[in-house]
Amino acid sequence: MPSADQLKTRIEDALPGSRAEVADLKGTGDHFRAVVVSPAFTGLSRIEQHRLVYDVFGAEMGGAIHALSLSTRPA
Amino acid sequence: MTDDTAIREAIQGALGEHEVLLFMKGTPEAPACGFSARTVAALQALDAPFSAVDVLPDPRIRQQLSALSNWPTIPQLFFKGELVGGCDIVLEMYESGELAEALGVSTPDDAPDEAPVAAEPGAPPLQIDTSLVKQRD
Repeated sequence: MPSADQLKTRIEDALPGSRAEVADLKGTGDHFRAVVVSPAFTGLSRIEQHRLVYDVFGAEMGGAIHALSLSTRPA
Repeated sequence: MTDDTAIREAIQGALGEHEVLLFMKGTPEAPACGFSARTVAALQALDAPFSAVDVLPDPRIRQQLSALSNWPTIPQLFFKGELVGGCDIVLEMYESGELAEALGVSTPDDAPDEAPVAAEPGAPPLQIDTSLVKQRD
C-alpha cells in the first residue's frame, strides 16, 4: 500500500519542476487526491495533463491505487 | 469472434451511436460509487441528456474501454465519441461552465454553482432497501 508521501515523491521525480500535494482521502492507502502543478502541463488539455500523472503509476491504477482524484494546472 | 472483440466492438458502436455517453459504475438511478454519482449529478444539474453504460456486469468492459480510451479509471464521459474526462475533469468543467458549452446545452437557472454532491438535493441521507427482509407471520 503506497503512502501519500510516496505518491508525492514519485510524481515529483517523474515530472521535473513539478509540485505535488497528495492526501490519503480515507486513511486506508488506496484512495488519494493529488493537486499537481507542473510546467510540463503548459499547453496541454486537462485530459492530457491527467494522463501524464496517471502514466507515472501505470498498471497500479485500479490495483494498489484504487482511486486517484486529480487537480492539475500548469506552473 | 472472442468475447473481448465483441465487447470492444460494442463499445465502439455505442461511442458512434450515442452523442453523450457515460461509462459508470451502477446506473444513473443507482450509482455504485461516489465518483460516478457525482458525475451523474453534474449532468442532471444541467438537464443534459445522456446515455449510460454500467461497467460492473463484466470486468472486461473496463479493460476494453481503458485500452480504447487510454484512461485508467471509471467514470468516463464521452461526447461524440471523444473522451471528455473522468469525474475530476467533468466537475471542474461543470463549475467553470465549460461542460454546458461542450455538451451544447444551456445551464438551467436553478443549477447550483458548485457541482452537486448527490443527485437529489432533498434525498434522505440513507437509502435503506428492505425488500429482502422476511416478514413474520
